[in-house]
Amino acid sequence: MSDLGIRESSVEGGLGQSPLRPDGIAKSEGAYEFSSDLSADNMLIGKTLRSPHQHARIVSINTAPALAISGVHRIITADDVPGKPTYGLISSDQPVFAADVVRYIGEPIAAVVADDEEICARAIDAIEVTYEVLSALADARLAKDPSAPSIHPDGNVIREQNVITGDIGVVGDVIVEDHYSIGMQDQAFLGLESALAIPDEDGAGVECHVATQWLHEDLGQVAACLDLPESAVRLVLGGVGGAFGGREDLSLQVHVCLLALATGRPVKMHYSRSESFLGHVHRHPAEIWMRHHATSDGMLLKIEAEFVFDGGAYASTSSAVLVNAVTHAQGPYRCENAAVKGIAVRTNNLPCGAMRGFGVVQACFAHERQMDLLAQACGLDPLEIRRRNAMSTGDRLITGQVVESVAPVSEIIEGLSRMPFPEGAGDTEKHPYELPGGAGNTTRPDDVVRGIGYGLSIKNLMYSEAFDDYSTARCQLRNGIVTLKFATAEVGQGFITIAPQIARSTLGLEEVELEVIDTNVGSAGSTSASRQTWMSGGAVEAACLRVRELVYQHVATAEGTDPLVYTIDGTELVNTSTGGRRPMNEVVVGLEFDEEVEYRHRPTVPLDENGQGDCHTAFAFVGHRAVVDVDIELGLVRVVEISTVQDVGRALNPLSVTGQIEGGIAQGLGLALMEEIIQRDGRIMNPSFTDYLIPTIADMPPVIAELIEIPDPQAPMGAKGVGEPPTISSTPAVIAAIQDAMNTAYGSAPHLRRVPLQPSDVAKTVNVGLGD
Amino acid sequence: MTNIYDERHFELTVNGERRQVVDVYPGESLLTVLRDRLGLTGAKGACEEGECGSCSVLLDGNLVCSCLVLAASATQSSVVTVEGLGGATDMQTAFVECGAIQCGFCTPGLIMAATNLLERSSEPQTDEIREALAGNLCRCTGYGRIVEAVQTVIAQRGQGAA
Repeated sequence: MSDLGIRESSVEGGLGQSPLRPDGIAKSEGAYEFSSDLSADNMLIGKTLRSPHQHARIVSINTAPALAISGVHRIITADDVPGKPTYGLISSDQPVFAADVVRYIGEPIAAVVADDEEICARAIDAIEVTYEVLSALADARLAKDPSAPSIHPDGNVIREQNVITGDIGVVGDVIVEDHYSIGMQDQAFLGLESALAIPDEDGAGVECHVATQWLHEDLGQVAACLDLPESAVRLVLGGVGGAFGGREDLSLQVHVCLLALATGRPVKMHYSRSESFLGHVHRHPAEIWMRHHATSDGMLLKIEAEFVFDGGAYASTSSAVLVNAVTHAQGPYRCENAAVKGIAVRTNNLPCGAMRGFGVVQACFAHERQMDLLAQACGLDPLEIRRRNAMSTGDRLITGQVVESVAPVSEIIEGLSRMPFPEGAGDTEKHPYELPGGAGNTTRPDDVVRGIGYGLSIKNLMYSEAFDDYSTARCQLRNGIVTLKFATAEVGQGFITIAPQIARSTLGLEEVELEVIDTNVGSAGSTSASRQTWMSGGAVEAACLRVRELVYQHVATAEGTDPLVYTIDGTELVNTSTGGRRPMNEVVVGLEFDEEVEYRHRPTVPLDENGQGDCHTAFAFVGHRAVVDVDIELGLVRVVEISTVQDVGRALNPLSVTGQIEGGIAQGLGLALMEEIIQRDGRIMNPSFTDYLIPTIADMPPVIAELIEIPDPQAPMGAKGVGEPPTISSTPAVIAAIQDAMNTAYGSAPHLRRVPLQPSDVAKTVNVGLGD
Repeated sequence: MTNIYDERHFELTVNGERRQVVDVYPGESLLTVLRDRLGLTGAKGACEEGECGSCSVLLDGNLVCSCLVLAASATQSSVVTVEGLGGATDMQTAFVECGAIQCGFCTPGLIMAATNLLERSSEPQTDEIREALAGNLCRCTGYGRIVEAVQTVIAQRGQGAA
C-alpha cells in the first residue's frame, strides 16, 4: 500500500493482479490472426527487388521482361511514387525506392505484384537493372573523417553530440581505460514483416493492415508518399509477432499500398526471414573508448568517452540512439565531471535504428566493463565499487538534469548481494548435458570454472529532447460496459491486458471491452522506449477518470450533494460523508459517457552543444547478476542462473512484468554470447536462424527476479516501464561472470571488451596461461 | 507409380478430415499447403528452414517442421495441426494461465511440441523438457513461463486432472 492514494484493488482483474491475456486463448489455439495470416478475396501478392550492391549508380531499369510473364500485374519503381519520394522517422532521408543511387545491399529498387509468390519470384529475377558500381564506405571510423566522400546528400555525419560538464581537467588517483565493441544485433522477432493493403472501391484511398509499433507515424509517412490526405489512408494493426524496435521504421507499408492502389486489388506482402534481415533496421554496432578517473578508494571523479555509431545508409533513429548513449555514459553512478563525445555516421552498411535498449545497451556494456576494471584497480569487490558510487534520487546527471525519478540503485545492489548462489560450483559429477557444451558432449567437468558477474544500468523512459510525446485513449461507458479505444500497438508486451485492468480499478466495473486498434482515434505514440504503460496507461487512466468524474457528478446531482464526497472502493461507490455504499454496476445503469483524453508527459528540452539540458523524461534502474560455468579450454559458456533486481515503480500486472524481465534477459544473453549479424562487404553472411543464433530454451537459465516497488510519483499509477532494462545490463553481467571465471582460472586474464563473446576470447587465454 | 514431384492435385488427411488440395506448385511444403491452400494458419512460418519450430505439426504422431515436409509426400499420412487439438487442452490452458504467451507467434508450434513431449514421456525432468523444446524458438518470453506451463500440466496430470 503506497502513500500515493493507490488502492489495493478488490476488483476482479484489476491493477496488481495478473488476469489472463485477452488474446491468449486464440493464440494458444492458432486462431489469432497475425498480419501474415490475413487474406482477402481477389488478393494479389507483392514482392520487392533489392539492390545487390553496397553502393552503385542505377544506370537503367528494364521491367519489360518481367511484365511479359503471365500473371504479373504491375511493377513499380521510384517513378511510380506519386508523393514524397523519401521517408524516415526523424529525418526523411530514405527513398521509397532507390532512384539514382543504391546505398546498401538490400535497398528496395522496385516492387512486383503478381498472382502468387512463385510468379513474383520469377518476375523479380527477370527485371534487368544496370548498375555502375561505386566504391563503398563501410567503416564508420572512416566515414566520420571530413575528407571521406559523402555517400548521401545530407552528408555522412548524422549527428555529433558531446556531453561536457564540470572540471574536465581533473585527474584521478586511479585511471582505467579501454576500447569496447558491440556487434550488430537483430531484433529477430518471429512474426515476419507482412501487410495486407485493400484499396477503396473508388480508388481514392487505402486500408492497410500491418504489423507495426506505431500506427500514426506510419500513417503520416505513408500518406505523404502516396500523396493522399491522411483521412484517405487507414491503418489497422495486424497481429504483431514481436517487435523490439524493428517495426518502428517503415518497411513494406508504402510499397504494399502503392501496389494495391495501382492494381485496384487487395495486395499482400510478406518477407522471408532472409529478406527480413534486409528489411528492417538493427541495433547499431558501436566502437567505444572509455576512461574512468577515480579516487584511490573508488569514488568516480570523471568519465571520458568517445562513441562511434555506425548508422548505416540512412538515418532512421540514429540521432536519438546517439543521444541515449552519450547521456547514459555514466551509468547509474554519481559523477560530476565528464567529457563524452559521440558521433553517428552514415556508411554503406545496413541502416541501424531502434532496438530494445536504444543506445543504452552499448553505453552500459562499456561503463560496466569499466566499473569492473576500476574495482580491480582499487582492490574492491564489484558490488562494493558500485555501492560507493550508486546514484540516488536528486543526483545530477552529467547532462545537468536532476534525477527526479525514484532511483533505488543502492536497494538494487543490496538486493543482489542478498541473492543466494546456485549450487553446483565445482561439481565434477554433473551430467554432460548440464556442462557448457551441453548436448554436444564436448566438455570435461574438470575444465569447468564457475564465474560470477554483475551489471547495473539506468534507462530513460519515454521520448526525449522536446519531442511532443503523447498518447490518446477513449473511454466509453454504456449499459454498464466500459469500452476502451486506443491506437496503442500490441506487439506481445500485454498492453491489452493492463488497459482493462486500469479501467476496472478506476471505475469499479468489471466488464471492459477493447475496440479494434487502428488510426480511427488519436495517436498513442510508439510501442517503444518502455513507454506504453506510462503513456497509454496514463491516457486510459485519464479517460476513465473523466468518466468517473461524470458519474460522480451525476450521482451528486441526484443525491443533492458534492461530487467530491464520492470515491470508489473495489466495485462499490462510496459516499465518504455518509459511508453509504452502492455497487458501481447499479450506479451506472442508464448512464452513457464518452471521453477521449490526450496524455502528455512533462516537457523535455533539447541538449545544448555541451550536452546539457533536461532532455529525458524519467528513468528506471536495474541490476543483474550472472552465474556462469565456463569451459576454460574450449571457451564454451553455460549460463547457470541470472538473478535480477528491477525498479518497476509498481507492477500493474506481475506476470507481465516477469515476462518482460525474462524475455529481456534472453535478448541480453543473446547479445553477450551469440547474436551478431556478420557482414562481408555489406552482405549479410548469416541471414537465417540457422546462422544467426538466438537463445533457445536450452540456452536460457532460470531467472530469479526481485521487484522493487516504490511507486514513482511522476508515473501514472506509480508504474515505470519495464521492457528495456532487462536487456541492458544482463549483457555485461554475463561477460563479467565469464571474466571472473577466466580470472579464477588464470589469476588474471585479458579484459573482455567485445560482444558477442567468441569462444576464442576465452580459449586463447589457455595459450597465454600455458605460455607463462 | 506417380512421381510426387509432378503431383498438382492430391488429398491430405488433416485433423481427421480428407482434404482436397488442388493446383499446387510441385514442391510446395506442407506448411504452405496448410496455410495457403487449406486455410489452416495455426502453423506459422518464421524461418522456413526447420530452425524455429513455429510450423510444428504432427505427422503420423511424429513432431515435424511442416516447412520441411513436401506436401505431396504426406498423402498417406495423418496430419494434426494446432487446430486439430480440439481447443482448450490442458496444455493450451496452462500456456495462457502461466504467462507463456506474449506475441504468441511461437505458441502453436510450442503447444504441438509440448503436447507431443507428454505423449512420449509422462513425467519429463526439466532438462528433458528443455531438450524437447529446444527446436522451438521464442523471442519474447525467455522461456521461463513456458517451462512453468509444461511443468504445471505434468503436475496436473500427475494428480489425475487430465
